[in-house]
Amino acid sequence: MAEGPSVPNYCFMKYDLIVLGGGPAGYVGAIRAAQLGKKVACVEKERAGGTCLNWGCIPTKSLLRNAELFQLMQKRSADFGFRFDKLTYDWPKIISRSRSVADKLAGGVEFLFKKNKIDYLRGEAAIPTAGKVTYKDRNGKEETVEGDHILIATGAVAREMPGLPVNGRTVVNSHDAMIIDPQPKKLIVIGAGAIGVEFAYFFNAFGTEVTLVEMLPNVLPVEDTEISMALEKSLSKQGIKIFTNSKVAAAKAEKGQVRINLEGKQAQELQADCALIAIGVSAIVPTGVPITLDKKGFISVDDRYQTNVPGIFAAGDVIGPPWLAHVASWEAIQTVEGIFTKGFRPQRVKEFPGCTYCQPQVASIGLTERVAKEQGLKFKVGKFPFSANGKALAAGEPEGFIKILIAEPHGEVLGAHIVGPEATELIAELGLAMKLEATYEEIEATIHAHPTLSETVHEAVGAAFGEAIHI
Amino acid sequence: MPTTIEMPKLSDTMTEGTLLRWIKKVGDPVEVGDVIAEVETDKATMEMEAFDEGTLAEVYVEEGQKVQVGQKLAILTGEGEEAPKPPGESKKVGADKKEKEQTAESAAAEKKPLNKDPVRSAAEPTLESPQQSAPSAGTSQTRSKASPLARKVAAELGVELQEVSGSGPGGRIVRSDVLSAAKTEQKGPDRAKAAPTSETLKTDQRISLSGMRRTIANRLLEAKTTIPHFYLQAEIDAQPLISMRQQINSAGEAADRPKITVNDFILKATALAAAHVPQANAAFAGDAIIQYADVQLACAVAIDEGLVTPVIREAQRKSLSQISSEIKDLAARARSKKLKPEEYQGGTITVSNLGGYGVEQFFAIINPPQSVIVAVGAIVAKPVVDAQGQIVAGQRIALGLSCDHRVVDGAIGAQLLAELKRLLEIPALMLI
Repeated sequence: MAEGPSVPNYCFMKYDLIVLGGGPAGYVGAIRAAQLGKKVACVEKERAGGTCLNWGCIPTKSLLRNAELFQLMQKRSADFGFRFDKLTYDWPKIISRSRSVADKLAGGVEFLFKKNKIDYLRGEAAIPTAGKVTYKDRNGKEETVEGDHILIATGAVAREMPGLPVNGRTVVNSHDAMIIDPQPKKLIVIGAGAIGVEFAYFFNAFGTEVTLVEMLPNVLPVEDTEISMALEKSLSKQGIKIFTNSKVAAAKAEKGQVRINLEGKQAQELQADCALIAIGVSAIVPTGVPITLDKKGFISVDDRYQTNVPGIFAAGDVIGPPWLAHVASWEAIQTVEGIFTKGFRPQRVKEFPGCTYCQPQVASIGLTERVAKEQGLKFKVGKFPFSANGKALAAGEPEGFIKILIAEPHGEVLGAHIVGPEATELIAELGLAMKLEATYEEIEATIHAHPTLSETVHEAVGAAFGEAIHI
Repeated sequence: MPTTIEMPKLSDTMTEGTLLRWIKKVGDPVEVGDVIAEVETDKATMEMEAFDEGTLAEVYVEEGQKVQVGQKLAILTGEGEEAPKPPGESKKVGADKKEKEQTAESAAAEKKPLNKDPVRSAAEPTLESPQQSAPSAGTSQTRSKASPLARKVAAELGVELQEVSGSGPGGRIVRSDVLSAAKTEQKGPDRAKAAPTSETLKTDQRISLSGMRRTIANRLLEAKTTIPHFYLQAEIDAQPLISMRQQINSAGEAADRPKITVNDFILKATALAAAHVPQANAAFAGDAIIQYADVQLACAVAIDEGLVTPVIREAQRKSLSQISSEIKDLAARARSKKLKPEEYQGGTITVSNLGGYGVEQFFAIINPPQSVIVAVGAIVAKPVVDAQGQIVAGQRIALGLSCDHRVVDGAIGAQLLAELKRLLEIPALMLI
């Protein structure tokens, strides 16, 4: 015979796992599955790294670094004995630095795919039926791949505000705000969660007149109230106008202008050349087989992160809050281990650190005092100010404090809350303490290097028992 | 000179012991021969005597701790002397809880090098146990990985961490594990009252090896893998034995003498048979075979923790009633772990009887360095063909003989079994 029969479709190779989305949930889940010896494909619509690397955590940290350096040089150079006669900044360069950091990391993820022999498929994915994923490449050609398991890690996008649609110029979301040029003169930030607060801080540092609007009573409403209040005070001092307990009653974008009417404690009419909508995110649910969603539109999953459709799993932002890259990655690993590792019991996220990178920084893990009280728990509170910490004073960062909740009677850490310098780095120790169920005795018995900011952890625990040395 | 008190080797198989109780406390004066502490070995609980006098200056292990043979236990000092700190022990046992844990850890850390000590493992080769080398102690003491919080909660609720399985990272026991273990314990059946066999476990359990369990494991693995076993079996007519036993016991009852058991007869017969076939009352010694002059008759006794084989000395010289009363006493003391090492060491042949459990026939693993073990089944009523060729009801006992072929060839084993059968079927011969 000159020619054999053509290869029928059902002979096409089947993947063990097809991951939809290449963000912190998707790429981490794909790599872990590959590490477990599985054949994996990852389908990504834009660029590997997801929101986090491309349009979230990483590029904003670059912008914020610019902001804190500029703020330091501009406002406090005299304290440090520096003098700048004519300090200026290059806005396009600030943005391009942020983009180049993102580019570099996204390239790193693509390298990791190659290293782990993961098929990286570009295009927008859909799930016509369990076991099948289609994706359209750039030329509009549709391809189909098959896999035993599908992990939806498509993430989320900024939620739209009813009545004030994003137009990319006068009304922007966080994605737009990251590359906005020229710099707005007056900005209204709607929503004082981590994203809203970070952008408010960033633009304010470069001289934009910023108004921050929050519906709830405090900025960073999920944080401990005391921390939120301290931050609010600090941000106000830096020049940000803050309206809490305030709801947008009416909004209009016209002729390069935004007008917003607030109702709440007092009615306000705000006007600016730009409004940033930072009121949360909504899930990106792939089309095709119907997946059950919760009331807020996020994918509902069971204990093993499986959706209503057997063989289809979901992890990360797409299954709901907390919308954090580190939680998304952790969930993806739980999911993948749950699928492929015999006897592995996936867990749902319980304690996770939350970080906000304005200055002063905010970081926390575990229960706030408010929630601990609501739950009727017995606990002691230990607090220590950075103003009594040698390293903080030497660095010129005496603002803020650390607050630790110690449960009674056994002395485990219920929660830890920091507002101040390097708060986001300091929280790691307390995360470990909570994961290991350390009690105050272990933390007290641990020698903390001097002089470091971490001494405040030690002192705060001591303070809960009246044993802090330096206050 | 301060004198170091080390964990003595109280039996030939002992590699470690548990310090049960300090009889003398720090500061107490100690005379030669005074009992300092109680030590539990793999076989029994024993008193540890002082070989020097002085003052008990310091103790390095706490009660309940497992200690390797040769490891320092305490220091005796003379007048005006100071106790030196032993190397490797960073801290003495203090009242402080945190220090206690560290001491336990450093003691555990010391174990390995001790095992490798060539002088110690080669120590005490005796004629009776030419083959025996101290079994290695393995990983021993397993410390539960538990969070500080889990420890505190467990202490409060009285939950044993060894019985809790951990769900934390790396199998670490976390608070929720302790809480659910406490719940299960409350709901579960009263463990103390429930018979061990009828107990149904809710979850899998990991039971760390006791000293005895470890010895059994090591010895029998060694026996089964290094001794070329072969097996012989014979069935004996137990009727004459039963009749004679009835006569003896009914006569004894009148005189208020303790009853003789079937096993007593078997022990007596084994002792005589072994004396009759000295080639089987022997041990393999590497480059020689040792034939023993006397029959040191070991008898397997099941106890809670495992089994022990107390020895009836020179059993071939002892009367049935002597053997009977001796084994009763030895078995009772074996069950309460009160046997002295010399009471279970140096057997030359062993009898294992599972007849009481209804086992009809079995073969046992040889107890090294012995060469033969006799396995005794239950008395079973069954049809037999008598001398006249008639099928009649018989009372039969199956005997299984396991032999070390390096010492005992088939013919020798057969001789032993035949003699045993002869004595048991014509029990009057045992009176001669």
